[in-house]
Amino acid sequence: MSGPTTDPRAAAPGTVVPTRRNTELLLLGFAVLITLAAQSIVDVTITGSLRPELATFGGWFAALWAVVHLVVRRFAPYADPLLLPAVAVLSGLGLTMIHRLDLAGMQDGAEATREDAPVQLLWATIGVALFVAVVVVLRDHRLLSRFAYTLGLVGLVLLALPAVLPASISEVYGAKIWIRVAGFSIQPGEFAKICLIVFFAAYLVDKRDVLALASRRVAGLELPRGRDLGPVLAVWVVSILVLVFERDLGSSLLLFGIFVVMLYVATERASWLLIGVGLFAGGAFLAYQLFGHVRVRVDTWLDPFAYRDEGGYQLVQSLFGLGTGGLFGAGLGGGRPDQVPVAKSDFIASAIGEELGLFGLVAVIVIYLVLVERGLRTSLVVRDAFGKLLAGGLAFAVAWQLFVVLGGVTGLLPLTGLTTPFVAYGGSSLVANFGLVAILVRISDAARRPATPPPPPKQAIGEAPTEVVSS
Amino acid sequence: MNAPLRRVAISVLVLFTLLIVNVNYIQVVRSDELREDSGNTRVLTEEYSRERGSIVVDGTEVALSVPTQDTLEYLRQYPQGPLYAPVTGYYSLVYGAWQLEDAENEVLAGSDARLFTRRLTDLFTGRDPSGGDVVLTLDAGVQEAAMAGLEGVTGAVVALDPSTGAVLGMASTPTYDPGRLSSHDPADIRAYAEELGAMDADPRLNRATEDNYPPGSVFKVIVSAAALSTGEYTPETVVPAPDVLTLPGTSTQLRNFGNSSCSSSQEQSLIDALTISCNTAFAQLGIDLGEDRVREMAEAFGMTGERLEIPMRTAGSSIGDIESEAALGQTSIGQRDVRMTPLQAAMVAAAVGNDGTLMTPHLIDQVRAPDRTVIDRADPEELSEPVTPEVADQLQEMMESVVTEGSGRAARIPGVTVAGKTGTAQVSGDVPDHNWFVGFAPADDPQIAVAVFVANGGGTGGDVSAPIAGDVMQAYLEGQGG
Repeated sequence: MSGPTTDPRAAAPGTVVPTRRNTELLLLGFAVLITLAAQSIVDVTITGSLRPELATFGGWFAALWAVVHLVVRRFAPYADPLLLPAVAVLSGLGLTMIHRLDLAGMQDGAEATREDAPVQLLWATIGVALFVAVVVVLRDHRLLSRFAYTLGLVGLVLLALPAVLPASISEVYGAKIWIRVAGFSIQPGEFAKICLIVFFAAYLVDKRDVLALASRRVAGLELPRGRDLGPVLAVWVVSILVLVFERDLGSSLLLFGIFVVMLYVATERASWLLIGVGLFAGGAFLAYQLFGHVRVRVDTWLDPFAYRDEGGYQLVQSLFGLGTGGLFGAGLGGGRPDQVPVAKSDFIASAIGEELGLFGLVAVIVIYLVLVERGLRTSLVVRDAFGKLLAGGLAFAVAWQLFVVLGGVTGLLPLTGLTTPFVAYGGSSLVANFGLVAILVRISDAARRPATPPPPPKQAIGEAPTEVVSS
Repeated sequence: MNAPLRRVAISVLVLFTLLIVNVNYIQVVRSDELREDSGNTRVLTEEYSRERGSIVVDGTEVALSVPTQDTLEYLRQYPQGPLYAPVTGYYSLVYGAWQLEDAENEVLAGSDARLFTRRLTDLFTGRDPSGGDVVLTLDAGVQEAAMAGLEGVTGAVVALDPSTGAVLGMASTPTYDPGRLSSHDPADIRAYAEELGAMDADPRLNRATEDNYPPGSVFKVIVSAAALSTGEYTPETVVPAPDVLTLPGTSTQLRNFGNSSCSSSQEQSLIDALTISCNTAFAQLGIDLGEDRVREMAEAFGMTGERLEIPMRTAGSSIGDIESEAALGQTSIGQRDVRMTPLQAAMVAAAVGNDGTLMTPHLIDQVRAPDRTVIDRADPEELSEPVTPEVADQLQEMMESVVTEGSGRAARIPGVTVAGKTGTAQVSGDVPDHNWFVGFAPADDPQIAVAVFVANGGGTGGDVSAPIAGDVMQAYLEGQGG
């Protein structure tokens, strides 16, 4: 690992590194404007007039991002300027779609549906609070590595908790991944994901030399020694346990995928990828053979239309929505995304595809791509190994989660219960992902910050006034 | 660690590309297939959210959409429900559209090409698109008389304007309330549909067009037309009319209705044979004419087996395969495999009444844009010319005789000469006969041609169906000020 001073990417002392905070401010303003425009279109299309609460919503939403911006300007001035605008536009779009589905629910009038959009705005506020706390308190991301093992344990506990709790508090739609207390539903897996990524990053930085170097060459591949397989096997077992006891293919796939990729990045050994894919394929095959619910899930995925009235109903409805949306979509408020069950959470992407069309959905995917690639760029630029691995893991986690979710609702992969980061309805996911972005912002600040604090303007020694060195 | 990180970045690009390609495949390539899938209710609910056009009879809307407060925005209503049900059909959330609601869906829903420019202006002016109206050729008086005549029986009435082919009346019983099938309450829709399905005769079937039945002696008009068209026969030509005809090549003995005798001399004129509907005379006549002449004439009258679109698709009518002279004999009295829809029977009468020219039957008089401007109007079309005007005159004379002094006396209308033909068709199995009457009035200048069909009526065409036909024709002629 290169020390800070020898990294060629580090800005040479004396050059002024632009903070790009004004770019961020401009883009954030743009994201807020887009959100307000979208909300107005929804209101006018569905109810014919703007709702009075729109001003409150707009003010609140703009205030959230103003706070975020000010905190970043003050505490992480060199942070990547694109991360937050991407998150702002995604969460704004999510709030719009949730509000839109609220209106559809109220129109149906079948049952008194509570409005979810204000709740989601509240969750976003909590998310922003978490973001501010992380950015303010965590002045250096390397501090996290000190608590890595604690966080790893917390992650495991969070992951395992729903499996241990009685089904009455932990099971929703067959997946045992919830903790429901006093009207609140929390998916601890979302927080476990971040804790475990921190742990993986610290652990792998520690052990990367052993895992990378001690190897045997078999058939042109650098294979690790048997005993070094321990960690990957452990994570594999945990993933399989999640799959079996929580019936949650999504978290299982997410966790294992992130770990294998981080292992690969840490060791630079492609053989880990092959071992990982092999292990997961084997585990998945076993699960398919042994467990009915996995088999049903896979069969439904292979031919959803054959099960259109049963397990395939959601996916088929999602495909109907996407297909009906076509190239340009039905327009915000013009489609029937409420026909898809749980459109607000699991299937929000198909609601976007139906109303904003192919163009809208691809635009959303590209915004995610921007977010992820900026995160990966941060990990390329940051100078310490832990930061590199952590940023890479977090960025990849967002990408991998989006791939698994979108793949699921479009029939590319078996359906999982994962949520679309920042967009889908769900407090845990939103808050946890704000935490994730906070860490990324912190690392990106470290990555772009000049190696040493900008010195005062150079002056000839002789001309320099005498001053008291105070720092 | 930067090299693998770059590879991860590229992999993410690949994964996202996969997503984008897949979304393209779903939203572009499979778009139409998914949009039109029967399980996709979006298109239907979108249709419901537009004001659907009306179906109009004599200036009155018999099917119309009224705004509602629920999500489907418009409710389809049929103010005179059962009266026009066989024609309008229904527009159901659960069962889709039926009859005219189905056949004219493009106009009613507003997607018809003739409404295109209108839709385009709607797009730019932001007006809610709405459907066009369909104005029917039906006459309210005829329809009411027809439905009233069929009250309590299973059957159908079709009335045509002989000179244009316009359908003046189309009744089918038992009937139903299309409004209940078009409600917004799926549970009630299903319950009502099950109730209808459990009935002996499903009311949703339009018996006037969608099913065909043995016509019995009505077919003798066609055999007469075939004979007269040869030039070798006139109404006065004397033909054999034995009490019993042993069908050639068999020991089957064909008798007259009720084992009666047609003529003490065992022969009679063609006009007399038709007047009293002599079976043996027409069986022998058909055999003498040969299969080709009988078949050609039946086809010329429209019995080609082809299905018409009026615009609902009808069942076909045909005389079936004829394997032997014996079969030809039975065919010639409208039994064996001869099948006619009541519409076809009315077409036979209409062609005779229209100087031998058969007009294409049609139900739609006008198509109107939502602002009531007429965008299309029916243009009467000739379907065929089964007989010459001279032969038509001779047939008219013979059919007049049927009503004035023969089996069709019950169809008489005071002050008006009526021409017609009765039919009593045996049905296989131990069930009562079908009773038919076809005719037109006034005989010398026909304004209306009708066919009345009563399934398993249990009497004869003369006493069950002829009176209904008389009432229907009278209702029309009185309505026209005649």
